[in-house]
Amino acid sequence: MTVTDTQRQPARTGGQPVLEASGVTMRFGGLLAVNNVNLTVREGEIVGLIGPNGAGKTTFFNCLTGLYKPTGGQVRFAGTPRKAPKATRKQADDPEAVRVEPLGALTPLPPKPRAVVRAGMARTFQNIRLFANMTALENVMVGRYCRTSSGALTSVLRGPKFRREEAATRARAQELLDFVGLSKSTEHLARNMPYGDQRRLEIARALATDPKLILLDEPTAGMNPQETRQASDLIFKIRDSGLSVVVIEHDMRFIFNLCDRVLCLVRGEALVEGTPHEVQSDPRVIEAYIGTGEEDDEDEVQDAHVQDTTVADEEGRS
Amino acid sequence: MTDVKTPPAEPETAAEPQGKPLAWPLGLAGVVLVIAGSFLSWSYDGQILGDLSINFYPGGLQILAIILALIALVLLLAEKGPLTKLGAWLDVTAGLRALGLTLTLYMLLVLVAISADSDGLINVNPGGYISFAGAALILVSAWLLPLRQLRDMSEARLPAWFEILSIAVLMAAVLFVAAYALGLEDAWSFILCLVFIAAVAAVLFRTGALSWVGHVAQRNRKVLTLSAFLVAFLFPFTQGGSDANMSIATQVLVFAATAMGLNIVVGLAGLLDLGYIAFLGSGAYVAATMSTSAFATIGWKPPFLVVMLIGAGVAATLGLIIGTPTLRVSGDYLAIVTLGFGEIFRFSMFNLDGNNGPNLTNGPNGVPGIPDLEIGGFNFGDVHTVAGIELGRFSNYYFLLLILTAFVILVFSRLNNSRIGRGWVAIREDEKAAEAMGVSTFGLKLLAFAVGAFLAGLAGTIKAHQDGAVSPDQYIFLESAFLLAAIVLGGMGTIAGVLLGATILKLLPEKLRFFSEYRLLLFGLLLVLMMRFRPEGLVASRRRQLEFHEEDEALAVEVEEERLAVEEAK
Ligand SMILES: Nc1ncnc2c1ncn2[C@@H]1O[C@H](COP(=O)(O)OP(=O)(O)OP(=O)(O)O)[C@@H](O)[C@H]1O
Ligand SMILES: [Mg+2]
Repeated sequence: MTVTDTQRQPARTGGQPVLEASGVTMRFGGLLAVNNVNLTVREGEIVGLIGPNGAGKTTFFNCLTGLYKPTGGQVRFAGTPRKAPKATRKQADDPEAVRVEPLGALTPLPPKPRAVVRAGMARTFQNIRLFANMTALENVMVGRYCRTSSGALTSVLRGPKFRREEAATRARAQELLDFVGLSKSTEHLARNMPYGDQRRLEIARALATDPKLILLDEPTAGMNPQETRQASDLIFKIRDSGLSVVVIEHDMRFIFNLCDRVLCLVRGEALVEGTPHEVQSDPRVIEAYIGTGEEDDEDEVQDAHVQDTTVADEEGRS
Repeated sequence: MTDVKTPPAEPETAAEPQGKPLAWPLGLAGVVLVIAGSFLSWSYDGQILGDLSINFYPGGLQILAIILALIALVLLLAEKGPLTKLGAWLDVTAGLRALGLTLTLYMLLVLVAISADSDGLINVNPGGYISFAGAALILVSAWLLPLRQLRDMSEARLPAWFEILSIAVLMAAVLFVAAYALGLEDAWSFILCLVFIAAVAAVLFRTGALSWVGHVAQRNRKVLTLSAFLVAFLFPFTQGGSDANMSIATQVLVFAATAMGLNIVVGLAGLLDLGYIAFLGSGAYVAATMSTSAFATIGWKPPFLVVMLIGAGVAATLGLIIGTPTLRVSGDYLAIVTLGFGEIFRFSMFNLDGNNGPNLTNGPNGVPGIPDLEIGGFNFGDVHTVAGIELGRFSNYYFLLLILTAFVILVFSRLNNSRIGRGWVAIREDEKAAEAMGVSTFGLKLLAFAVGAFLAGLAGTIKAHQDGAVSPDQYIFLESAFLLAAIVLGGMGTIAGVLLGATILKLLPEKLRFFSEYRLLLFGLLLVLMMRFRPEGLVASRRRQLEFHEEDEALAVEVEEERLAVEEAK
């Protein structure tokens, strides 16, 4: 099944495209986890990615960010314009925490995580993957790695350039912690932070890479209603600061409140794409969820949470 | 001990649980007995343990016992008496229990040592028994006293001059005890002195005084570092021209500097390298073959600073060569590959003897007769007299190695607190996530390998001259394992810990020659015990400590949740 282009509504903001994935396919042996999926994300847009368990949503993210090398298809991303405008320097004093550079033309993205991050696409993980034994601030500072350049020799010599860059990194990381509402947890070890804070910290770490597009994999899994509300406020705030967002979620209410456009994956294929309203009322979507026994959404989320924490714990320990 | 300033007025815990009424006087009696016994003769034989046979003239080991008894007195007075203000901060009873235990062990070992060195228990004089009884009394009284609530030492604030003074006193004590312990000739005295050190350390740790020291160290980092180096610098002056201990001290420094380099690879980047000694060896071989030894195989004799750079460069290049293909594998595989590399290095040195290729290393004979260093007319073999104290050959190397160690520590700490170091730790924590955040994982791992190898190569060039000979059998796998053990024992990723671990692992076998046969057995035992009781190492980095103590962490989470709940309620 292919995406029905006629159903697609122009995005509310209707900016330039940031990401264009065409025909992305991922095959694991005999399993076709993602099959010929197309997705275009425009500037300042929030796109939702839904689908029952095992639909291939996370795998699709992994293909976009280069953690998997897709077996087919192409990912194109808005390049940075050759000449970085002087204005970005002045924006350093801008109270708005998230800064975005203007977009260039779309260029193919190599399936290498570092190249993807450098191009301006950052992500969070479904099973939280923080650096558990680093403090919150250090976690975010790691996110600045790809935007800073001090090498080993500079670090040992500690020249003025190093000190300036280090101070800027620290200041920016603190700024981002404030932005996601973690100003008080700066010096806490990531592993000791409450679950919801860990999710927000992951977002802050992703934002630290100065992305144009941020991919969030189930950012509210296991959160209580109040935390979920805070999370959607945060995503709006990120969008308002000029970023585009793609978000995977199981919580339908959350996704329909938040998104400009929703793509529904089922068994690796793009089933429907359209406005939240269109997707919600589409009989095929309802069937897909009921057909796989997904009628009880709340339970589903609950289960996902339990599973997530165990995985995260194991990872932290190893 | 100085009185501690009053903590901000807090309601006296009126309902403090009272132990058995007898406990306190019992402890006091114990203290009196230990001191009284120490002034009497312990041993009939005056030849052993530095003469403990004269009444009213305590020998060195007896003075140590008196010091421990005085510490017990201070603790008792802090429990109930004029020093209760101190007791409000310190966990006195826990400290007293630790002290009672170690003091009893100390006295027991004294009795054993006397009967072992002369013939049987018959040679123990009444003083020894009296002190032993006193120690046992202190132990009993400590178990009868109630445990108390420990307050958070991070709140303890004292005037800055006092903190700096405590650092100075601590450092002076370290220097004094080190000089004293190293001056002990016989093994029993040395062991007893170690028990004494362990007793003091246990008291400091159990009372929580050590955590206060930790906070003070945090606040006065510069002062601490400087004074530590000052102490290390002054150490040769306490040796009165004797080279015996200075020889050990130089070996400790080489070992410590090398372990520090490995600490970058293992402690920061989390790469298990079991062939690290090969980098030390390559540096040493470069220096040896370029020296003016009659057996040196390379004709070019550049100045030593150039040789140092070449040796380190060769080591770093080897690191890159071995790292490039192997750093793509991870964990156990990397350990196996590096283990193999270490052996390949040794066999290569063994075989490059002219029969199987060029003659570089003289094969199993190695390069003997390496002359002493001469830098700018200063010959390291000469004896110098500074301020009336003779400084021999090993003291010269000691100072050079001290500079090297300082350099390695500087590199380590600066890299650790930088973008590079954060990248390393991120890789150690979660390589996939680090990569997804744009950290160049492969490049950083390679860098860790190269920097570690470079530092080991530097140390190797000096080691060649200090040893006077290099041969393949100095660079066996066991040495790599010891380096790793020093890091694990001391505390991965820390500076103080690795220095401490290296000192312990190198010093003990040198000083306790008679146990060299059981060396491996005892170290194995030590490591097993460490893994069981203190997996983060003697000195825990802030991160590691939380990593290994899950219960404490659960506690931390609880505390945090409580804090949040309170905040929400507001
Ligand atoms: N590395 C892999 N190797 C083999 N199969 C994989 C791999 N990763 C994912 N899969 C399979 O691909 C399918 C899609 O998995 P994916 O994790 O993308 O689903 P998802 O939509 O994110 O589901 P969920 O809602 O549970 O997170 C699943 O059947 C999964 O088992
Ligand atoms: Mg998923």
